[in-house]
Amino acid sequence: MIRKDAWLKVHGKAKYNDDGYPAACLQARLLTSVFAHAGILSVDVSGAWAVPGVHAVVTGRESAVLTGPILQDMPILAAEKVRYFGEPVAIVVADEEWQAAQAVKSIRVEYQPLPVVNTIEDALASNAPLVHPGLMQYARTVPDVYPEENTNIANRVKIRKGDIAQGWKDSAVVVEAEYRIPQASHAFLETRNARAQILPGGQVVIHTANQAPHALRSMLAKYFSLSENDITVEVPFVGGAYGGKINPHPELLAYIASRAVGGREVRVAYTREESFYTSPCKTGAKVVMKLGADRTGRLQALQAEYYIDCGAYTDTAPVMAKAVAGSCSGAYYIPHIQCDSVCVYTNHVYTTSFRGFGHGVSTFAIERTMDKLADRLGMDPAQLRLLNAAREGDDSPTQVTYTKSNLGDISACIHRMKEIMQWDNGIWTKVSDSVIRAKGMACFTKTSTTPTDASSSAIVTFCSDGTVNLNCSVIECGPGMTSSLPKLLAQRLKISPDKVSVNLTVNTHAHPVHWKTAASMSTYMAGNAVLTAADDAIRQLKANAALALKCSPDDVEIDNGMAYLKENPQKYLELKDIVSGVKDSTGSALGGPVIGCGHFIMKHLSHLDRETGKGQTGPYWTAGAQAVEVEYDLTEYTYRLVRAATVLDAGSVIYPEGAASQVMGAMNMGLSCATREANVYAPGGELKNTSFRTYKVMHFAENPRYTVEFVETPNISGPMGARGLGEHGILGMPAAFANALSRAAGVQLDSLPVTNEALWYSVTQSQQEKSR
Amino acid sequence: MLKISGKTIITFNINGSAHEVTVRPGDTLLEVLRSRLGLTGTKVGCENGDCGACTVLVDGWPVKSCLMLAVEGVGRAITTIEGLTNTPVQNAFANFSAFQCGFCTPGFIMVCHSLLMHHPNPDDYTIESWLQSNICRCTSYQEISAAVRSLIKSDA
Amino acid sequence: MIPYDFDYYLPDTWQEAVDIYHTLKADAKNPLYYGGGTEIISMARVGSVRPNAVIDIKKIPECQSFGTDGTKLFFGAALTLATIRESGLYPLLSLATGRIADHTIQCKLTLGGNLAGTIHYHEALLPLLLADATIHIANAQCIREVPICDVLNMNGKLTPGELILMVSLNKRYAAYPYAHIKKTKAEKIGYPLVSVAALNVGGTLRLAASALCSFPFRFKDCSFADARPAMDIVRELLADLPEPVLSDTEGSAAYRQFIFEKTAEKIITGFRNGGSHA
Repeated sequence: MIRKDAWLKVHGKAKYNDDGYPAACLQARLLTSVFAHAGILSVDVSGAWAVPGVHAVVTGRESAVLTGPILQDMPILAAEKVRYFGEPVAIVVADEEWQAAQAVKSIRVEYQPLPVVNTIEDALASNAPLVHPGLMQYARTVPDVYPEENTNIANRVKIRKGDIAQGWKDSAVVVEAEYRIPQASHAFLETRNARAQILPGGQVVIHTANQAPHALRSMLAKYFSLSENDITVEVPFVGGAYGGKINPHPELLAYIASRAVGGREVRVAYTREESFYTSPCKTGAKVVMKLGADRTGRLQALQAEYYIDCGAYTDTAPVMAKAVAGSCSGAYYIPHIQCDSVCVYTNHVYTTSFRGFGHGVSTFAIERTMDKLADRLGMDPAQLRLLNAAREGDDSPTQVTYTKSNLGDISACIHRMKEIMQWDNGIWTKVSDSVIRAKGMACFTKTSTTPTDASSSAIVTFCSDGTVNLNCSVIECGPGMTSSLPKLLAQRLKISPDKVSVNLTVNTHAHPVHWKTAASMSTYMAGNAVLTAADDAIRQLKANAALALKCSPDDVEIDNGMAYLKENPQKYLELKDIVSGVKDSTGSALGGPVIGCGHFIMKHLSHLDRETGKGQTGPYWTAGAQAVEVEYDLTEYTYRLVRAATVLDAGSVIYPEGAASQVMGAMNMGLSCATREANVYAPGGELKNTSFRTYKVMHFAENPRYTVEFVETPNISGPMGARGLGEHGILGMPAAFANALSRAAGVQLDSLPVTNEALWYSVTQSQQEKSR
Repeated sequence: MLKISGKTIITFNINGSAHEVTVRPGDTLLEVLRSRLGLTGTKVGCENGDCGACTVLVDGWPVKSCLMLAVEGVGRAITTIEGLTNTPVQNAFANFSAFQCGFCTPGFIMVCHSLLMHHPNPDDYTIESWLQSNICRCTSYQEISAAVRSLIKSDA
Repeated sequence: MIPYDFDYYLPDTWQEAVDIYHTLKADAKNPLYYGGGTEIISMARVGSVRPNAVIDIKKIPECQSFGTDGTKLFFGAALTLATIRESGLYPLLSLATGRIADHTIQCKLTLGGNLAGTIHYHEALLPLLLADATIHIANAQCIREVPICDVLNMNGKLTPGELILMVSLNKRYAAYPYAHIKKTKAEKIGYPLVSVAALNVGGTLRLAASALCSFPFRFKDCSFADARPAMDIVRELLADLPEPVLSDTEGSAAYRQFIFEKTAEKIITGFRNGGSHA
């Protein structure tokens, strides 16, 4: 099936948010901080007003609102101090963008530099400068976030399962390690942008590239004391998101800018540089891990400390800390666990959700440690994984009991992965005097960490010719939900997918609520909503048909665009004759237009207990196994990616081509992060790589060959048994790669990214140590 | 010697027809295509020549329109994504799902279209060096590779 | 988006170009010669340069010179790197220019821009240094033809207002065995960690490097025909660097030196084995 958005996209006709706006729209540009941590002594905007075409200059003094989805710690414009390099300090509105840009350069800010918290260690030092001295005063939107007074700690999540002392007693082999993962950029090609206007009646209209229009509507209403139904948020196609376009940022700036010019429409579009240093990025992390197993290799105890670098503001990071803690044991069952996941403020770019939502941190740590443990035990690393893979009856770190349905079949994924990679033919091979090939494996699991009441809804209506419209609020930011949801609906209505069209733009006034297009939960949540809407429509279709066929609705079957009598399929009506009601031979009408409504809400989720971490954050897991093969050059200490593979338990695959493509794309992103991506900060906390010339993402010719396969263990609660899979391909890639390359080069590669230089450094250091 | 100072009306040949547009000398071709001519299939990705989302063809060769002044376009034949309809490259991108979010797609298609015009049977090195000019953040590029390779004449 | 205005000039002759440059300069304007514009546009956008006028040199006949008169090869300053790359006239130059930026940028970036721009790698210069190329420079009075080594080697700069029209070189350099190796931090395309070009001129090694130091330069020629280990020759080359090895975000000095050693060793070994090595 060709994607529904294909013809628009290959012809350049798919409209993104910045593709055309009214000529009367005013243009805004930002003044951003050149310091990572500094007091703002004064802001002189007189120079900006002197530039022709300028309509407004807004500074932090004119907007006292603090924002944030968990802890409300972030001003829209910095007022008293700046906390990261790139933080918005002022916004200028002008007729033309170049006028606004000129005016921005004429603003004079007097800063008082403050000591910079430039590392996780800086943040945790006993005399650390505080990024947020007023931390305890911030409003909290959830009950389970625990900032610590007079520290840079924004949240701490604890897991206490079993008896850790017993775990160490039962462990014959214990390995310890430390890992580092840097902050990185979402690097979506469409930078964040939004337009806002306030209509004469007070209604607010926002056009934006955002993954969560309904949540944005709620937040805007809350921050500015508006009525939610006075706000319309509209989102067309989004040019890549990966979690980085969920919480508002340009939308809030556009709103206060519009407010400053009497409600006229104002456009804010970040430059690529701002996309690196003003937009939020991916969290960094440091992990200290200790893992124990008995002589047979069975895992007994896990102790871990995770420090999550959330940058200057928390955004979703406190929840990501929770996700890290909840997934600390990865794809394995471990009876005794003690872990702390700590969300730490620094003067780095602030962070937000990123594909994998913290699970990349836990996965990298546990999977690297599993390989070290296998080495110590003298076991094949795949065998160690098989031995410990979580299965039905085990429980998770947060003490949820795994079932076949909620977990899937991790062992089956590992077995299939071994076949794909010809694992048993050898995982370390010297192919010539100077070249070694090695393979590495990593498993993953991920559940969601949504609000306990996350919900979705869908509406199904019909055209008079019997074709179908699906209305829902899933954003098309790439994964192809605008193809898979219609396919799901068509399957349930027993018609061809080409008879179903779906809204490609989401408008909060027109389309029903969907929590967020995030957390790999759209297929699950919206899919379930679509199926209930389909069932609702089918009930109504049968009722209409029954009126015409003079029978009970139960006597009617709907299939292949027809409604017919079960006992006599010769008596049938076409859908077009029943979707708007039915008419008898005299023309008299009965019944009514069919409108199928469906909804879905998460069930049985709970907050985690503060002391033990017991609780349930998501409805099910998606798990799988991944592997990477690398080629290592012994003379130049360089490497090449040869092959990467994923076997994932998808529950059931609704849209096979789309699913494989999603997983491959995520694998590419995982390898890109593992091999080259990192925010690089100067000693003063200034972000140094702010363009694609210095912040490299993987290009066409550097990719390995990809293989993606699926195992299908039905997820009873999922639509048609499906699980979400949008993020998961990224999770195990860094560890599988580092496991392969560590094996090839005979060193322990525990810090990402592993560039050629980092590899050279590790190898030469290790050679020097050996020669000592 | 031609001199252009301040806002000036110039004539472009875009997608086979002439267009009169008012430009400043400092306007890039990218801005003029999008803001003045409404040809928004050409995307803004970095304005620094690094991502390729703004690629158009100038006299048949791929050029990043963010690094070309509009005034340089006078007398050149400019082709944007809107100038291509159901070409083999576009059909292949659709059939192979060689896109996800679609934002990089017009740029990739322009490069691939030009590549196949100049090299109907490109070898791997040629394909790689041309396609290295663009960034796709969603796919693994494997689908893009499959789409392009499907168009290589089999007698290569 | 460039946040201010400038004037655009498209002269038909080099005299016009140079004249308008000096006229503008005398008017306290800040003119820039404009070739492909890739660097000027990106720098102007972020405010790193702020010309009041750009003088586009693409219509100047000399700047479009391209080809041979039988003994010399000519490459005009306004030729795009793509044109040079595709031509193969001087294979080493084709190879080196084909590795600057990416393929699409090569369709816009000009030879003159790479030689005279502010991005300090100037990788197109390396093959020209090795071939003892002549640079043709227009100034207010005349065209001067001088060895490019005397002008641009080791961070040499033109006098403000001077315009590169073309470079020329003896055709025989196109026939010598050659090598070019470019190493980057992570990607196939990017700024060089080191970029090394070499010619084997009858047993004499001519070697030039970019990104090893903060400017491109040509090493002293040396013989590799003797039996010395290649690495000894490389160490000798390194002993005579014009400045300490560069250290920046692309790579540390120690790593750059390691990469250079491996690269130069490979080139020497390749030449000894009688190969032209791409």
